[in-house]
Amino acid sequence: MDKIYILLMAFISIVIVNNLVFTKFLGICPYLGVSGRIDMAFGMGMAVTFVVTLAGTLTWLIDHLVLMRYSLEVTRYICYILVIADAVQLVEMYLRRFFPPLYESFGIFLPLITTNCAILGLCLFINLWGIDNFAEAVVLSFGAGIGFTLAICIMAGIRENLKIADVPEPLRGAPITLITAGILTLAFMGFAGMIK
Amino acid sequence: MENKGPTVASVITAGLWSENPVLRLLLGMCPTLAVTTAVKPALTMGLSVIFVLICSNIVVSLMRNLLKPHLRILMFTLAIATFVTIADLYLKAFLPEMSATLGPYIPLIIVNCIIICRAEACASKCGLFISIVDALAMGVGFTVVLCILGAIRELLATGMVFDIMIMPKAFVPWAAMRMPVGAFITLGLMLGLVNLVTGKKA
Repeated sequence: MDKIYILLMAFISIVIVNNLVFTKFLGICPYLGVSGRIDMAFGMGMAVTFVVTLAGTLTWLIDHLVLMRYSLEVTRYICYILVIADAVQLVEMYLRRFFPPLYESFGIFLPLITTNCAILGLCLFINLWGIDNFAEAVVLSFGAGIGFTLAICIMAGIRENLKIADVPEPLRGAPITLITAGILTLAFMGFAGMIK
Repeated sequence: MENKGPTVASVITAGLWSENPVLRLLLGMCPTLAVTTAVKPALTMGLSVIFVLICSNIVVSLMRNLLKPHLRILMFTLAIATFVTIADLYLKAFLPEMSATLGPYIPLIIVNCIIICRAEACASKCGLFISIVDALAMGVGFTVVLCILGAIRELLATGMVFDIMIMPKAFVPWAAMRMPVGAFITLGLMLGLVNLVTGKKA
């Protein structure tokens, strides 16, 4: 029971309290670039969730089973980025072969995910926080993806309405998106300190 | 110039202003927002990015004729990851405090879009010299914006810049500027200002 409680807390903390987009500024590029429409934002979020779960789990395993055992920590970043790039490639090939419609709907997002900082960021944070429990690492990875999806969908919803709002000329586009994001983080700051 | 590509002057102005990575292309937003709580981390981050950018541009420029198109992004990333590891180890050894403050944002330079963008857009097409100039110009453009943002936020959050008190004693610090909110809103207003200035010129 205790274990489940810890995992649940870890999940809530990464989705809401330590949301990667709002508190760690990770994955801002797609957050600003893609979040124009809710359906696209959701697709992107799902793709990221999928890859981040895979990448977080794999990098944790490699880190603990290979790098730490043979003190190869120096090569950590190179290993991480290779794992992520491979995971993205793998997911892309798998989807193209078995789920063509899903692959079509992800489109350009899939290859772009390699350079999504949320994914490498999460792998690094798992390492930084010293998570040495495999289940917790998996839950955190999955939660990070859900948190990203949540953030990008909220943003897309607001931006669909921003289109009809009367925004001052120089602030149109990216600036107003950033300011909106700022106000959103203010709301999410209310959760700070709730857990951990 | 013997190069048929862009001239030195055009590359420099592009990096500093007309194609400034942060203000105009909106690249590398994550570190921009995350490390600008004060000027010092912003400067360190900027210098690390300049170092990685120059090294990766040199390597990519040198091997541009050997690359297979479909493998090039992977090669870029591996070259970048190597130099980021060097920068990270250097900071850990000589500036341990700064390294702790910046935390995972130094390794995150690997996925900083500026560096891949320059490798793809400039270094894989141009000669060695232009690539170095381009890296320098883009890197300096990035660093300057980072420092301005850091200075604004540090000034409003603590009343200090570079740990020197500037504001009068009666100044009440805006704690919010230290938080993510301050980063987003300051950068948003800065972009708006840039749009305003360039809009008037055009």
